Amino acid sequence: MPNLSPASTVLRCKECGAEYPAAIRTACERCFGPLEVVYDLDAVRETLTKELLGKRAWDFWRYAELLPVGVPREGMDLKPGFTPLRRCKNLGSKLGLREVFAKDETVNPTYSFKDRPAAIGVIKSSEWGLSAVGCASTGNLANATAAAAAKASMPCYVFVPANLPEAKILPTVAYGARVIGIEGSYDDANRVANLVADKFGWGLLNINVRPYYVEGSKSIGFEILEQLGWKAPVAVIIPLGSGALLSAVHKGLTEFKSLDLVHDVGTRISGSQPAGCSPIASAYSAGSQEIAPVEKPETIAESLAIGDPASGIEALRIIRHTRGFADAPTDQEILDGQRLLAKTEGIFAEPAGGTVVASLLRKLESGELDRNDSVVLLITGSGLKTVNTFISGDTKIPKVPSTLSAVEKVLGVV
Amino acid sequence: MVKVVFAAALMAATGGERELKLDFSGDIDALLGALRNRYGETFEQRFFEKGVLRKYLNVYVNGKDVRFMQGHGTMVYGDCEVLFLPAVSGG
Repeated sequence: MPNLSPASTVLRCKECGAEYPAAIRTACERCFGPLEVVYDLDAVRETLTKELLGKRAWDFWRYAELLPVGVPREGMDLKPGFTPLRRCKNLGSKLGLREVFAKDETVNPTYSFKDRPAAIGVIKSSEWGLSAVGCASTGNLANATAAAAAKASMPCYVFVPANLPEAKILPTVAYGARVIGIEGSYDDANRVANLVADKFGWGLLNINVRPYYVEGSKSIGFEILEQLGWKAPVAVIIPLGSGALLSAVHKGLTEFKSLDLVHDVGTRISGSQPAGCSPIASAYSAGSQEIAPVEKPETIAESLAIGDPASGIEALRIIRHTRGFADAPTDQEILDGQRLLAKTEGIFAEPAGGTVVASLLRKLESGELDRNDSVVLLITGSGLKTVNTFISGDTKIPKVPSTLSAVEKVLGVV
Repeated sequence: MVKVVFAAALMAATGGERELKLDFSGDIDALLGALRNRYGETFEQRFFEKGVLRKYLNVYVNGKDVRFMQGHGTMVYGDCEVLFLPAVSGG
């Protein structure tokens, strides 16, 4: 593991360009726009080479110069990242698509990509000496934050919509976090978490640690480029909740291009959002620059049920700039997408993963994606936490007497 | 009295004030006018762009986003609580 200080220098407002010293800060003081960490890329270019990366451990700390925290001491984090980029030959054959890959984030320590930003957010909070960490979450971040906090020996407080399925949130309890169910939607939980962050001074990862926290997710972009042999894919399809993940992946691709580690990044970055909560996709379809929030999201893709997406405007900008698309499949199409990926590639994704598969199908059908393209699907988390949404007629398991003939009968071979 | 609460991230616009109580009855636009008078030019510059409330600011009345009510026409009176938060949500 590299022994390096972070190369981050300042926080910069993505909206008005105002700069601030690297410290705890939720938003720009001048216009309240989102902040991002800016690195001294000239200095990084001198040190971070392909040769050096070839000698480093296979987790996301291999990109330490482009992460906004010092590398944690051994045993303080769960070492997320460097997940497989799986070539999906069966899926590709079924769809007549030349090349399709799944970036398989289901194999992270708590089974979703959120382990990446949670690691950064918890380590940053620890560096600042904050007394506790936490988050507002629809489930995945809750688990990731709680596990990262347990490993770093920090108290953790998690705010979730009260109606979240128990199966999704019970692991958070197992990791020792204090979980509080807020009556209402995710956006209500998020509003309360904002007030908690102010009142107690805790590090609420996706609120007052947000500019740093989101940096963890951009490592997905680094890994895709490295795993494709330092080449950029033609297209990548990313689930859209707040839009932060899409923005982060774009930042990863852009930073590696700036460092000359890869050339010609012309990747079309697209987003997929469930039809039951699609404020970003709706703005895209309407040609709007503004996002109209959704008051009551209704979708099986709970991890994407964010009615007021904080990074929506930025995500829209990136999608349009890279000539991608924003799509909104129905819940049935999402379920079908989950099934197709599981049956063809052995990857059981959460509904968010089904969402990108559904959009792949829809856009191949409409001709917006070419069957000769090379496409990467971002599979953000495991379906094991959301089996409740998967139960239907064809998941019913037959029960038969303990005889060979009974098995033959149910298999229809008698 | 109407209670007005500002997130810590907005304090630079209010001279460090986080909470105040106002004897007030009117809509959100009128409340913003009262706050302009109270906090002056810094508040005006930071909360508004070309006379319009900045897009990264959310306003809640009794815990409900005013965009799901009557927008800036939402009435505020009695013991209503008005909350101003930066638009930060989701992962």
